[in-house]
Amino acid sequence: MTDMASLMEDRAAGSDAANMRKPVDWDSADIARNVKKRYAAERRFKAYGLAAILLALAALLMLGYSIVSKGYSAFVQTYVQLEVTFDPATIDPDGTRDPAVIGRANFDALIKEALRKRFPDVTSRSEKRKLYDIVSSGAAYDLRERVMENPSLIGQTRKVWLIAGDDFDMLNKGYISADTKESSRRLDDDQISWFQSLTDSGAIEKRFHTRFFTNGDSREPELAGIWGAAVGSFYTLAVTLILSFPIGVAAAIYLEEFAPKNRLTQIIEVNINNLAAVPSIVFGLLGLELYLNVMHLPRSAPVVGGLTLALMTLPTIIIAARAAIKAVPPSIRQAALGLGASPVQTVSHHVLPLAMPGILTGTIIGMAQALGETAPLLMIGMVAFIVDIPGSAMDAATVLPVQIYLWADSPERAFVEKTSAAIMVLLAFLILMNGLAVFLRKKFERKW
Amino acid sequence: MGIYMKKTLAIAALASVALTGAAHARDQIRIVGSSTVFPFATAVAEEFGKTTSFKTPVIESTGSGGGLKLFCAGVGEQTPDITNASRRIKKSEVETCAKNGVEAITEVKIGYDGIVLANSKAAPQFELSKEQIFLALAKIVPSKDGKELIENPYNNWKEIDPSLPDEKIEVLGPPPTSGTRDAFTELVLEEACDEFPVIAELKKADKDKHKAVCGGVREDGGYIEAGENDNLIVQKLEANPVALGIFGFSFLDQNGDKLHGSKIGGVSPTFEAIADGSYPVSRSLYFYVKNAHVGTIPGIEEYLAQFTSDKAWGDEGYLADRGLIPMDKAEREQVREAAKNLTPLSM
Repeated sequence: MTDMASLMEDRAAGSDAANMRKPVDWDSADIARNVKKRYAAERRFKAYGLAAILLALAALLMLGYSIVSKGYSAFVQTYVQLEVTFDPATIDPDGTRDPAVIGRANFDALIKEALRKRFPDVTSRSEKRKLYDIVSSGAAYDLRERVMENPSLIGQTRKVWLIAGDDFDMLNKGYISADTKESSRRLDDDQISWFQSLTDSGAIEKRFHTRFFTNGDSREPELAGIWGAAVGSFYTLAVTLILSFPIGVAAAIYLEEFAPKNRLTQIIEVNINNLAAVPSIVFGLLGLELYLNVMHLPRSAPVVGGLTLALMTLPTIIIAARAAIKAVPPSIRQAALGLGASPVQTVSHHVLPLAMPGILTGTIIGMAQALGETAPLLMIGMVAFIVDIPGSAMDAATVLPVQIYLWADSPERAFVEKTSAAIMVLLAFLILMNGLAVFLRKKFERKW
Repeated sequence: MGIYMKKTLAIAALASVALTGAAHARDQIRIVGSSTVFPFATAVAEEFGKTTSFKTPVIESTGSGGGLKLFCAGVGEQTPDITNASRRIKKSEVETCAKNGVEAITEVKIGYDGIVLANSKAAPQFELSKEQIFLALAKIVPSKDGKELIENPYNNWKEIDPSLPDEKIEVLGPPPTSGTRDAFTELVLEEACDEFPVIAELKKADKDKHKAVCGGVREDGGYIEAGENDNLIVQKLEANPVALGIFGFSFLDQNGDKLHGSKIGGVSPTFEAIADGSYPVSRSLYFYVKNAHVGTIPGIEEYLAQFTSDKAWGDEGYLADRGLIPMDKAEREQVREAAKNLTPLSM
């Protein structure tokens, strides 16, 4: 300000005053030093910025490395090949081929029989128990499915690949070392030598682990999958979206286009901004009180999770939508009104379509935030062990981040890799959603 | 833009959701409670879901206290049918239950769990007595001459007893909200403190202070609250051979190649030692059934039968594989009978 003022004075005083100033010697040592200092400051400033970026990148790389290096092995699973005899006496003693009879048959016994045949030396009861651990308890269900699909297998003897138990899977992946003392590993020397003999005969194979993407949760690491949690996340987010998007956009339109500017709307505005910063657990408590205790909706259901997360996402969507609506130039509105459009027509035909890319971006970011949320879901019972894949928004379900939390807390060693793998899947979803936000913005964005 | 139509649809969807919610009868068992019992209960639930025509029960890990609070909130399908607990139900909780109409409760004891103090195999195994653990972890301890009570001055194991290693005292353990911490305080600290004459005297003189001294854990960095996640403690122990960690036996069982449990009172925490009671830090695990829900919610009796079958909780059952220490045969038989007849708990 003072510079400006003195400049004005100089001008007013005329050229005499200007001439009174000493001419600057641009080549003097003082100036040279000053220039050098300013360049140095600029270089320093750039270096700080670069260092900050590098630090952030290093942190990101470390995170990525630790997750991927721990989790990549969860996408493959060890399988054991055994010669299974589909004994008609066990599966279908009366030869009726009735699916109900086949469904109830003891397929576990077939696998145990096959294992005993492969290792005839194992006779004592405790030895046999150790032997049966090689094959997962889930393998019997696979066999059942196979026979249900193809009843002509009954009576035949086939080489079948069966899913291995989690400890043997860990051994095959190198997480259990045969060099540690026998007493201090999960598998004893006999079990390791049996496994070795299977490996030597080519009966051990690692395959892509499709179950991880198709199963619900399980206490057996080799059977546990994320599909249940993914479906739960889908229902939860669907409820959140159908609720928070229309309400959020309507609120933003009203506040931006129709609401009078007075004390009341100001208070509303401040409160919306505050709500966006409220810790999410508070919304969980609200959800517990409102939806479970007052409305008596079922506990652990995605519908309640969605309703709760909608409360949390609303402020984000309102703020983003208001900013997008504000960015539409007033000339558009004036032109529409000038040509005889009603205010509602102006908004719905012109302002809203133009603001849509911004609104959608905000909505997707709000949704991505909701996808990663666990704290409010704890209060409404979605942090739970749920095996069945939810069939609707009313069934008990859990969500992806909760699944990660539950696996991280499980004692079985094999869940460590599952945890990292589930994190990778969650991150992939988040990147996908943010990518969609960028795409929508790029595609529909308009410049005026 | 069909915004208005969408909004109408959303309201309609919400209304229908609320209506179906009210009409929806529950056909799935709901279980809440202790995070220690969680791995065992989930294993039984999964087996139950696979081998019967009932839906797999939904199990929430809320902690013992939180579970009992939900359980005692009332009768009806909004409330859980079963709660797991890593301690016995308290008298006050039974009273709260009764006040809210939850009159008949069946108690099912499922077995034992050991609490271990373990460190990395890179360091030597510790041999501790309960008194030494108290001196290392309590906030207020007797002075060397045993005459007065002072703030815990010990920073090195060697200062407590010359036979202990020359290492900094650094113990990772669960926070006060955890059932494991409750049990550890009760079974180790509270038992050890009365062995010191000066604290035993306090019991008569000032009961409140006695309680505070016996249950108070130091806050100056010797005891580090490492969160409820036992796996996290295991990973930290691997990285830091000096530290000891406090957690449930099943985690030691799974990580026997990396960690060894300290001997307490001369006994190592092994499956056998906990089962026969010679390892001193073990507790009983329970679950509680709301009798009023049996018959209303399908499958509760069958779930009890599954849990109390030898295939599950027997000496060689699948729960033993997960680290549950079974009761002896006679006691199992007795509890099974009580569970079958839904004999209500009386205190």
